[in-house]
Amino acid sequence: MSWRASSTDVLDEKASPATVERPGLEKETRGKEELDAPWQVVVHNDAVNLMTYVTMVFQRVFGYPREKAERHMLEVHHKGRSILWSGARERAELYVQQLHGHLLLATLEKI
Amino acid sequence: MEICRRDDELEISDLDPFLAELLRQIPTSTNTEDSPAARERLFTAPAGASEKEICAEWKLYVEPELRRLFQSATETVAGDLEQLDGKEKSVNNCTLRIPMQHADAWLNTLNQARLAIAARCNFTETELCDHERSPIGSRRDLSLFQINFYGFLQEFILRETTGVMDEPTG
Repeated sequence: MSWRASSTDVLDEKASPATVERPGLEKETRGKEELDAPWQVVVHNDAVNLMTYVTMVFQRVFGYPREKAERHMLEVHHKGRSILWSGARERAELYVQQLHGHLLLATLEKI
Repeated sequence: MEICRRDDELEISDLDPFLAELLRQIPTSTNTEDSPAARERLFTAPAGASEKEICAEWKLYVEPELRRLFQSATETVAGDLEQLDGKEKSVNNCTLRIPMQHADAWLNTLNQARLAIAARCNFTETELCDHERSPIGSRRDLSLFQINFYGFLQEFILRETTGVMDEPTG
């Protein structure tokens, strides 16, 4: 296992979400990662973090466009949790570390 | 109080002594040493209790890094807040200027402070959603006001850094 920090650039795409849809997942299925048991990165709701802040964090950490980041944020807000990403364990660990760096409630779960 | 962006700085002007004092309290509000609840919230487990190996390695390798990250952000904010030093007893309003390159540190530290205060006071979701609560009649009311005030600052910084008007807190 390797816990490391990294960052991605913030995307600044505008969108106007109207309803809460189940957001799509980015699934890693290439190369060696195909052999790994898949893990998922889950973000849990908390009453303190601002919706705008959570959206910004999803954009930064996963590189998601604003509309997709907002869909995930709304899923967290309304359903209590959202699966942000699934794939190889090492990368999932990295994402969870970055989310904790932004003080979101995030966990790794084996699928 | 007025808040606006001027070139590469965020300017909070016409700060009355009460709000200036709340700003001064940001760094100390992030301190989790006096509160296991606050510590638990800022340093949560990365997986369920059944994932013992992951949780143990996290404690060993990641928590110290997170502590350094949070401490570094808090020190940046504390440095900016030195502008308010010596004005504690002044009845005149004052101004705080935050360089835009410190925006991330401010977002992180304000979030640390809000989460730590909420955990320390064990606020309910209903209380946290009550943005109109007034007047401030107790230490608990003041803590809630602090959370909302820091949230307002976060919203402003976010708007200025992302350039998008957003919905209010949730």
